[in-house]
Amino acid sequence: MQRSMETPLKRVRGLGSAHAGTDHFWKQRATALAGIPLTIAFLVIVLSTVGKDFATVKATLAHPLVAILMLLFVLSSVIHMRIGMQVIIEDYVHEEGPKVLLLMLNTFFAIAVGLASAFAILKLAFGA
Amino acid sequence: MAEFSLPKNSRPVDGKVWPKPQGSNNLKEFRIYRYDPDGESNPRIDTYWVDRDDCGPMVLDAIIWIKSKIDPTLTFRRSCREGICGSCAMNIDGTNTLACTKGMEDIAGAVRIYPLPHMPVIKDLVPDLTRFYAQHASIEPWLHTDSPAPENEWRQSREDREKLDGLYECILCACCSTSCPSYWWNGDRYLGPAALLQAYRWLIDSRDEATGERLDNLEDPFRLYRCHTIMNCANTCPKGLNPAKAIAEIKKMMVARQV
Repeated sequence: MQRSMETPLKRVRGLGSAHAGTDHFWKQRATALAGIPLTIAFLVIVLSTVGKDFATVKATLAHPLVAILMLLFVLSSVIHMRIGMQVIIEDYVHEEGPKVLLLMLNTFFAIAVGLASAFAILKLAFGA
Repeated sequence: MAEFSLPKNSRPVDGKVWPKPQGSNNLKEFRIYRYDPDGESNPRIDTYWVDRDDCGPMVLDAIIWIKSKIDPTLTFRRSCREGICGSCAMNIDGTNTLACTKGMEDIAGAVRIYPLPHMPVIKDLVPDLTRFYAQHASIEPWLHTDSPAPENEWRQSREDREKLDGLYECILCACCSTSCPSYWWNGDRYLGPAALLQAYRWLIDSRDEATGERLDNLEDPFRLYRCHTIMNCANTCPKGLNPAKAIAEIKKMMVARQV
């Protein structure tokens, strides 16, 4: 079973502790908790605009409280999504190259989705 | 990628069906994983029948009976036969447990026995636990102090001693770690429930002065945070301990020193 002459303890210790991870652990729980009221607010806002014309939707989103709730929902969800996906990639993808590539793509995707959603909300809130 | 299926040469095939003992109608069927490292052949599942009138009640009694009376080549670890040494940990009827404390009667139909999951197999039911023991060593499971040693012993209140209950009883049988999917996929970097339960045992020992260094050593996305609270560890522990809770307590300590 021994593939090299390194001791088992040397291999277990590896490159040492990263001294990180607590930040992600805490953020994942904070965004999960924040996601409860924010998702309810998001659903209420979206359902209340179903079937309404564009001007009414725009007027709803122009209200600061509504726009800010929508932006917070996007922010919280995108952070939660990025960390969650990162954990899945780290769990199952073990080759260093593909893993680093997927982790980068995951970050790019989260930022792109977040910014696109925020832009859409702001455009409706402030746009002509 | 994580390996979700066994490599071709590791897939068990049907093995030998050993003759039933004569003159008994109280038989229990056993299907046992066999692997011979000296040959090229795949692992196989052998079938045995145990005469229950001639054998003790536990699964360990049965495999010792098989080794004595049917097939002396059947290989497994055992020592204390009373659930305190942890040697006879194996996968019985789909759950990791100790053969010596698992009653045959509790299992309906054939008793299926495999080695502890996802570890290299040395022979038959004997897994290679080298890395598992190294992980335990890596958390430095002994008292760390800087204060001058007292003339007698390091003192501890009864209340502080009680905090170690549910932790010190671990016998390092490896049932929990080898039941954990996170340990299966990332056992090279994730310490696993057994080592983390022991880490917590020293973190909350009132006499230990290295709590911060111990937490530093564990604070890592893989060493600690690969635990996704799957809870197989607590479900399978033959001593009824709860490694998942110990790991959650470590995470709480990590947050407590930041907020």
